[in-house]
Amino acid sequence: MFKIFEPNKIFLINSKTSKYILFLFITVLTIGLVEALFLSPEDYIQSHSVRIMYVHVPSAWISLGIFSLIALLSIVSFIFKNKNFSIIAKSLAPSGFVFNIIALVTGSIWGKPTWGTWWAWDARITSMLILLLFYAMYILAWRIFDKNEKVIKITSVIAILGVINVPIIKFSVDWWSTLHQDSSVNILSESTIHSSMLVPLLLMTAAFSLFSLLIFLMKYNTELIKIKNKGLDRL
Amino acid sequence: MINEIIFMKGYGFYVWSAFSFTLISFATLYILIKTNLVKEQNKFVTKFGLLDKEKVKVAQIQSTHREILANKISSKV
Repeated sequence: MFKIFEPNKIFLINSKTSKYILFLFITVLTIGLVEALFLSPEDYIQSHSVRIMYVHVPSAWISLGIFSLIALLSIVSFIFKNKNFSIIAKSLAPSGFVFNIIALVTGSIWGKPTWGTWWAWDARITSMLILLLFYAMYILAWRIFDKNEKVIKITSVIAILGVINVPIIKFSVDWWSTLHQDSSVNILSESTIHSSMLVPLLLMTAAFSLFSLLIFLMKYNTELIKIKNKGLDRL
Repeated sequence: MINEIIFMKGYGFYVWSAFSFTLISFATLYILIKTNLVKEQNKFVTKFGLLDKEKVKVAQIQSTHREILANKISSKV
């Protein structure tokens, strides 16, 4: 059923595609940066500070998406006892963690000129901070525990508990009165953001997604080589 | 024109800080992950070099082993 996810196959694909993804990432990022910093218009209320949105929002989206994926892979790995899904989940964590930090730091930088403060215990910011703690626990658990079965169980529990926080982050602006505005980009209903701002936002999201894919591929290969190193000892 | 790009009506510090932090984080993460990958590849090549002929034959059956060695050679080039 999961033959397509066979580690050796993924490794061979990774080795050949990494350089192309790096090239594509640099290209899309360059276009995205030009759009975000120079070509997109300033906001009529926030003026140029709105440009921070082009790094803040994609980072938040990707960190949420990656954690959801980690939780899903952990559940599948737990049910089907497939170790490879745990390795995939483990390899996704570093980029998700870094994107979460970027979302919090750039949000803080954006908060100063917009709200007059670097930090507020607003529902969305607090729930994003909780997500960062779950990422940290997940990564630390892989480092602390040696026994394979034990670490898979512990990291799965962390991922499943942490994913409860994801809808809280998403709907925090609807459930509580927060400093954050309602979402402007919607998949199911009409977006309220103008196309001149939507284009750079989507370009930066594409660039950031390519970067997380690149980091995932490199990390996955590292994990696989570690396993092969242990295998050579047993020959 | 250049002044407007740099200062952005007083918001330049915030905008450039946010973008710089993002790009520095990208570079740091990339370097860390790449360094780890190269370290593991080197460890693999060293261990592979210590194997006797029989074990090398067995190890070379696996396409992943061949790919790791090939990648290591090409990255040195």
